[in-house]
Amino acid sequence: MDYLVHILILFSIYGMLAISLNLVVGYSGLLSVTHAAFYGIGAYATTLLMINLDLNFFLSLLIGMVFSGGTALLIGLVLSKFKDDFYAIASLGFNVIVYSIMLNWQTLTRGPLGIPAIPRPSLFGFSFFGNFWFLILVLFFLIITYLIARSIVNSSFGRVLKAIRENELATQIFGYNTKYFKLTIFVIAAVMAGVAGSFFASYVSFIDPSTFTMHESIFILSIVILGGLANLRGAVLGAFILIILPEALRFLGLPNEIAAQSRQLIYGVILVLLMLYRPQGLIGEFKLK
Amino acid sequence: MELKIKNLSKSFEGVKAVDDLSLELKSGIVNGIVGPNGSGKTTFVNLLSGLLPYDKGVVVIENTKIKKMKPFESLGYGVTRTFQDVRLFEQMKVIDNILIVLTKKDVFGSLFERQSDYQLNTALDILKKVGLYSKRNELALNLSYGQRKLLEIGRALATKSDVYLFDEPFAGLFKEIKKDVIKLINELKKENKTVILIEHDMDLIRELTDQLFVIDAGKLLASGKSEDVLANKKVIKAYLGN
Repeated sequence: MDYLVHILILFSIYGMLAISLNLVVGYSGLLSVTHAAFYGIGAYATTLLMINLDLNFFLSLLIGMVFSGGTALLIGLVLSKFKDDFYAIASLGFNVIVYSIMLNWQTLTRGPLGIPAIPRPSLFGFSFFGNFWFLILVLFFLIITYLIARSIVNSSFGRVLKAIRENELATQIFGYNTKYFKLTIFVIAAVMAGVAGSFFASYVSFIDPSTFTMHESIFILSIVILGGLANLRGAVLGAFILIILPEALRFLGLPNEIAAQSRQLIYGVILVLLMLYRPQGLIGEFKLK
Repeated sequence: MELKIKNLSKSFEGVKAVDDLSLELKSGIVNGIVGPNGSGKTTFVNLLSGLLPYDKGVVVIENTKIKKMKPFESLGYGVTRTFQDVRLFEQMKVIDNILIVLTKKDVFGSLFERQSDYQLNTALDILKKVGLYSKRNELALNLSYGQRKLLEIGRALATKSDVYLFDEPFAGLFKEIKKDVIKLINELKKENKTVILIEHDMDLIRELTDQLFVIDAGKLLASGKSEDVLANKKVIKAYLGN
């Protein structure tokens, strides 16, 4: 049972990450490879506020969201100058920059030593220390994330995002200053990733920069592409498959080291096969061009 | 709405695409623009719709002098356009290609806006008008070439603008669809809109336009009533070649 709860917690965290990244990649067509940076900023901000200032998790979470969103605003302003492949490469660069700051600003982050003993959330005297209650909490936030994302994509704003993805110039001709639309969705997605980071830090009770590398960004992107671009349920499905899949490998009886390597290999093969035969993902509504 | 263009110029790396062009485009008529390939017609339309910044000159719409215009500002000045190479929102439904025109333009307004019955009915009316009602739920990428052109025109009509820039809307169309487009353009004329039509087909120019401008190497070669311009020996020699 504990094992299942653990898997579901991870699924919920990655579900939030995938839903938020799908808003940027699937709906807006911006191939961002920097999502792990915002995930990390949320995790570090919440952790440092809880540990250094003894703030409550939920207050730290809120401030962490502001940090993730604020950083995304600055990064997004620079990224708005790029398109297509250049956008992807520049976003990758920002992930590397944020990772380097986490690694080297040792007086703040303790660098590669990481930060241990991160407390679990508590609210009005009730502690979410037990994994089951933590799962209920994180599932609640996954549902909230999903509903907010659904509300966005079903609004006129969501339609404009898709139009930008299809033809930005034509969208502009119809009166939309597309730069602000792209910036807004980038910030919203980063805030959501920050929330996922806060829960991750509190759940594993230890963070270090190695969790928030570009490999993690690519992993989140793989979830989105596998499940389905421009389909929120696809993002959830992708998270479910890619979190469950490595666990299934355990039952093959492979040694841990080989199993770990196999996961990377399987992710790679899945991506290649998808690009070849189903570029919109399993239940996606947008084919990468 | 009258459109005056004064001394408009645009160069690309020293090559003058539009060279000190001054025109007056009237409403309630179809203003034709003709010229050989590379004469600067599409550049002119791109300047008028804000896709390109002009180096010199001014565009006057009614009494508003516009010295520079960004693409997303053109609709605010009452200008809309179609493209020579059709630019639809391919992986979106046909109906959504129209609805996008009808919704709020600012970030926060659009975030909290849900599709209204009025917007939906307006979009459906437009699709009926351009003969694409039955295709409303299909993806735009599944339309035929002619249907794509019609959808782009429908999208422009949905803006209810005052100035319509049509960049070769008849290119590659079958006779039947050409008739539909002619009808739509004539309706705009009746509604007292300013229609600017770039076209190569001289029969269509003769049939549709009231006023004609001939551009060659970015300069205005001739202008006036269509029948007069088409009979002008200078134009025949320079452009038509016979």
